[in-house]
Amino acid sequence: MRALLIAASLALGLSACATTPPEALRGTGDLGVVIERAAGRVQVVEHSQRTALGTVEGLGDLSHAHVTFSRDGRYAYVFGRDGGLTKVDLLTRRIDRRIIQAGNSIGGSISQDGRLIVAQNYEPGGIKAFDADTLALLADVPAEYAPGKFSRVVGLADIPGQRFVYALFDANEIRVTDFSDPRKPVTTRYPAGKQPYDGLVTPDGRWFLAGLFGEDGISLLDLWQPEAGSRKVLAGYGRGEEKLPVFKMPHLRGWSMAAGQAWLPAIGRHEVLVADARSWQEVARVPVKGQPVFVMARPDGRQVWVNFAFPDNEWVQVIDTVEKRVVHTFSPGKAVLHMEFTPRGEEVWLSARDSNRVTVVDTARFSVRRELAVDAPSGIFFTSRGQRIGF
Amino acid sequence: MDRSLLIHLTVLLGLTALAVTSAPAAEPDPARQKDLIHLVRQDCGSCHGMRLAGGLGPSLLPEKLAGWPDDSLVATILHGRPGTAMPGWLRFMNEAEAGWIVAQLKQGFPALP
Repeated sequence: MRALLIAASLALGLSACATTPPEALRGTGDLGVVIERAAGRVQVVEHSQRTALGTVEGLGDLSHAHVTFSRDGRYAYVFGRDGGLTKVDLLTRRIDRRIIQAGNSIGGSISQDGRLIVAQNYEPGGIKAFDADTLALLADVPAEYAPGKFSRVVGLADIPGQRFVYALFDANEIRVTDFSDPRKPVTTRYPAGKQPYDGLVTPDGRWFLAGLFGEDGISLLDLWQPEAGSRKVLAGYGRGEEKLPVFKMPHLRGWSMAAGQAWLPAIGRHEVLVADARSWQEVARVPVKGQPVFVMARPDGRQVWVNFAFPDNEWVQVIDTVEKRVVHTFSPGKAVLHMEFTPRGEEVWLSARDSNRVTVVDTARFSVRRELAVDAPSGIFFTSRGQRIGF
Repeated sequence: MDRSLLIHLTVLLGLTALAVTSAPAAEPDPARQKDLIHLVRQDCGSCHGMRLAGGLGPSLLPEKLAGWPDDSLVATILHGRPGTAMPGWLRFMNEAEAGWIVAQLKQGFPALP
């Protein structure tokens, strides 16, 4: 009898161990991080209940921080300005690994198979590939464009075939590096226009667009037929008029595609340019409140949301992509730095750096659903990015 | 690169020398200083980095600026540098304030309040 009792209590004990408390089990599809740039910290958030789950500290200089995600949505790879690359476990909210991989970095991306993390760097100019599990360096690909001259790299995006496409700000080039053999990368070079400042790849991985700062236009590369080379589109959109000053460089990414068109920030003009995504001809331009920084389509493409460079950075405007005009203008706070849509776009999270808050807005009614206190928030990144080409 | 930069700055310096050198050396008041620190760290920081160690724009750390005359740095802040991504900030500050920023940069820029 005693033996039976012991056995029974042992079994109970074991089953108690095996059954983890329900609150500790959760999926990762609704997780994300918000960058607290000055504090070197991220808040881990979830967008089902719109709450903060906790913080992870010690991530270094997070100005211009960028985040890419493991395909299982568990790990956030946080790229810091100071070259820090930190693998953050979103479930335990701890740092899994951290390295300093460069002197000055602006982001990175994950390979098609999820096994490589590739960082894009200003100093030393180039890209580097790391093992996604261990962050061990696999390949260093300097962006050398003349003997001893290395360009700052912008616009890095993952594309199918373990390839990464990017542009060289200092060298007027687009490059594609193939990491099929991660330790023996193969790079192909294409000419681009003057001073590409950022780039994007369309959600199907076919087109790479490099926005140009040094001239009016976009350099375009068909990644399905790269041998045909790059070409310039939307050339001369400034019509020879003097440019307005640009107090913050715009950012491009695959969210620019909506309703069969590319929606792009003009440089030095307070306009969003609209180009047909087959012909790449301009079909419209929409006047907006300032120099656009992020021009982001809601995931269904019916709306495009725009924020602005200093000094108009308290404003956000919403463009209806059918009517091609601004249908809503509002201020979610001071210094609105970033926006992130929930995966299906019913809500958008907006960071207001100088108001120390993130605001969650209903995209159909434009009503505020929630405000979260965050210390000088900048980027907001949801794990759904991990399932998309070019993020 | 460096040579063209120097030529450019020399020209700018020549154009603005009178205005800049005749500006009174009055310090901005404490509230304005706070605003300027915020502006430099956060908004100049978009390109130069929050720690001012550089990004798309060059490093603004003291050791990088030591060799540049104050007046040419003030001119760059106020009028920008054509051919680069540096805009002029004259809309947002006067010469004395730009001069104060240059002085702070050269001795190690204050942290955010």
